[in-house]
Amino acid sequence: MTATTDTDKSVFRLSMLIYDTRYRSLTIQAVALILFMLGVAWLLNNAAENLAALGKPLSFGFLTHPAGYDINQRLVEYTSQSTHARAALVGILNTLLVAVLGCITATLIGVTVGVLRLSKNWIVARLMTVYIEGFRNVPVLLWIVLFMAIFIETFPQPRDFRGADATASMYLGESVALTNRGFYIPKPVFYDGSWIVIAVFVVSLIGMWSFARMARKKQEATGQILPVMWVNLAIFVIPSVLVYFVMGKPIGLDMPVLKGFNFAGGFYMRNSLIALWLALSLYTAAFIAEAVRSGIQAVSHGQTEAAFALGIRPGRTMSLIILPQALRVIIPPLISQYLNLTKNSSLAIAVGYMDITGTLGGITLNQTGREMESLLMLMACYLTISLTVSAIMNWYNESIKLKER
Amino acid sequence: MRSDAGILPESASYHRSIGDCVLDLMVRNCPNLRALGISMRGTKTILAFGPKSSRKGTDHQEEVKMKKSVFLGALTVAGLAAGLASAGTMDDVKAKGFLQCGVSTGLVGFAAPDANGEWDGFDVSVCRAIAAAVLGDAKAVKFTPTTGKTRFTALASGEVDVLARNTTWTFSRDVDLKFTFIGVNYYDGQGFMVPKALGVASAKDLDGATVCIQTGTTTELNLADYFRANNIKYEPVPIETNAEAQQQYLAGACDVYTTDASGLAATRATFENPGDHVLLPEIISKEPLGPLVRHGDDQWADLVKWTLNALISAEELGVTSANLAEMSKAPGNNPEINRLLGTEGDLGSMLGLDKAWAARAIAAGGNYGEIFARNIGEATSIGLARGLNAQWANGGLIYSPPFR
Ligand SMILES: N[C@@H](CCC(=O)N[C@@H](CS)C(=O)NCC(=O)O)C(=O)O
Repeated sequence: MTATTDTDKSVFRLSMLIYDTRYRSLTIQAVALILFMLGVAWLLNNAAENLAALGKPLSFGFLTHPAGYDINQRLVEYTSQSTHARAALVGILNTLLVAVLGCITATLIGVTVGVLRLSKNWIVARLMTVYIEGFRNVPVLLWIVLFMAIFIETFPQPRDFRGADATASMYLGESVALTNRGFYIPKPVFYDGSWIVIAVFVVSLIGMWSFARMARKKQEATGQILPVMWVNLAIFVIPSVLVYFVMGKPIGLDMPVLKGFNFAGGFYMRNSLIALWLALSLYTAAFIAEAVRSGIQAVSHGQTEAAFALGIRPGRTMSLIILPQALRVIIPPLISQYLNLTKNSSLAIAVGYMDITGTLGGITLNQTGREMESLLMLMACYLTISLTVSAIMNWYNESIKLKER
Repeated sequence: MRSDAGILPESASYHRSIGDCVLDLMVRNCPNLRALGISMRGTKTILAFGPKSSRKGTDHQEEVKMKKSVFLGALTVAGLAAGLASAGTMDDVKAKGFLQCGVSTGLVGFAAPDANGEWDGFDVSVCRAIAAAVLGDAKAVKFTPTTGKTRFTALASGEVDVLARNTTWTFSRDVDLKFTFIGVNYYDGQGFMVPKALGVASAKDLDGATVCIQTGTTTELNLADYFRANNIKYEPVPIETNAEAQQQYLAGACDVYTTDASGLAATRATFENPGDHVLLPEIISKEPLGPLVRHGDDQWADLVKWTLNALISAEELGVTSANLAEMSKAPGNNPEINRLLGTEGDLGSMLGLDKAWAARAIAAGGNYGEIFARNIGEATSIGLARGLNAQWANGGLIYSPPFR
């Protein structure tokens, strides 16, 4: 070995870059890289030249100009006098809102459906198959539009709630109104002293967590199982409720009431948000269900049999033995489903939900004529969100991975 | 790479079709994709693989041109090329043999396909008149339905030669978006429509109302300004097309629909019970609607501008579709009519056309007054009075510069 290296070092000829297998792959990679960069540079140059020819050189100055348009759903302060940058922020938050809500519900539905699809009950299993195939095989845009159309046509208008001959009525003791413009639900209002109740509630949460930990330790040490669920339920409810009454009910509910054209008060969940959220969740849940099913099936059946042999009940077998192992298989596809959901949320515009595509990539783009800048920023936004989501999920994946020692 | 040679326009538009067709099919056939089409088109325009100079003129060395077009042709096969408009839109249109005209997605009276699938309407008539003037055939028009949001990208990218879509002439569209408004064919203003049952008498009573509004329009900006100035609140429901707005409005998902008053009248005319809906008295903006073309091709802008002026002048001078044939046979005793119809002088050649260009434009659908009366006038279900859109001599704003 030493001998060959010596001779090689002494005579290096240029042709070896191609004919010597040790260098060839490096050469190919270098050439490919150069070609790729040239291609990118050409594209960029072309875009810049064309923009200049259109008299629209790249400039982000428009972001500081007043947007001039109103946005219905805003999680931060925004008026039509705010800047385009602010409008973009409102849009980003709306995107994040529907993405987070969607991911949570999609996971809940997906896991349930995935488990149920493996059920021994023929009807349940078949129903779940129908659901999964139905949602997986129809484009999500159609589901979104369909949900919105159903929403608008089936729920009553706010007008129908008015007067003596009202054709629609509120639910749950006049606290919830379901209209075709969205749902109005009560909103908590905090009066003086409410912080004590909240503090007690937070302390109870910590208490629940410590009790669960203690119970687990004890089980590991002695094998004795404590009634964690019941005790925790008590910790969850009793102290907060007690303090709530002791403090003289410092937290109230702001009920929606019909006022003028619409309901006023309470939380207003717009029809566009609900339709989009529901469609994205149900659509993505179908894919998650499949991931869950394949994860469960990847765990050897011997594990279940062993658990049964030890006398562990089926529910516990699933939650303590099968699912933790299945998670390792489920998490990677789950990450891409979360990313898909986030990206699919850009279809929001179809139902007039003002996400980032609707504000920055829609009205701002259109009113300012800054296509290139808006689209670049839009891409950067989605890229950032997606990379963040996958970073977090990868970290989680790392933490539940089989630790090989 | 930075030579000033122009790419052959034909090769650009030829290869363009590959990517565009797929996109356009998708965009046109699914109304909601249209919403997304904007971004796709937007990108394509910018990434157009033509040299920046492609619109500067064709009077360059043939040789360089050939080489470049072969090179670029090869690249454009990838389907990435978009149509930056080439040298002369007029030459392009003549070479294609048809006019590509951007219209709305459907607003009865202004632009909508009739029972036979033929586009018809007030805006459509302008397109037909242009086609008749340039190509001698009022039917040689292909229509591209555009939404409030997609229309400007469609025009800027060269997808359409002219846009006639209830579009308001504003400073920023003219100066910043770089379009040339060639005149005004309808003086309008923004109004509000509400169901009669709501019992609203004035726009000032709309505090807390839910308002349907088309995005990408001047309307949404005016609305924000008006409500802010009057210190009243509203809930905007952004919508892509007139059809969607109509659906939401009729289902009661919004209390109010606001857009150009003419558009409201046209929309209401298609309702089952138009009488159940009222237009509020307030007109909150000036909306001069007119056709527009891209900046930078003055010959084309002139042609479109003077075609519209020919229609307007024809009404003023009493040239109608009934007497047109008679009048254009021989010079009469009104010299302006003679110049307009080409029986005297040769205005047409200054535009690069023949003498009878204006006569053909007028023959396409009659003069301005006839077009108005047939599509949106008082005798139609839309029932718009001439009002501001009467000839200047009758106290309106419609006024054509002289033909001389
Ligand atoms: N004039 C305004 C609004 C134009 C507009 O969108 N008008 C509506 C109603 S008048 C329309 O033409 N809709 C037809 C469609 O949705 O395609 C502008 O230029 O921004």
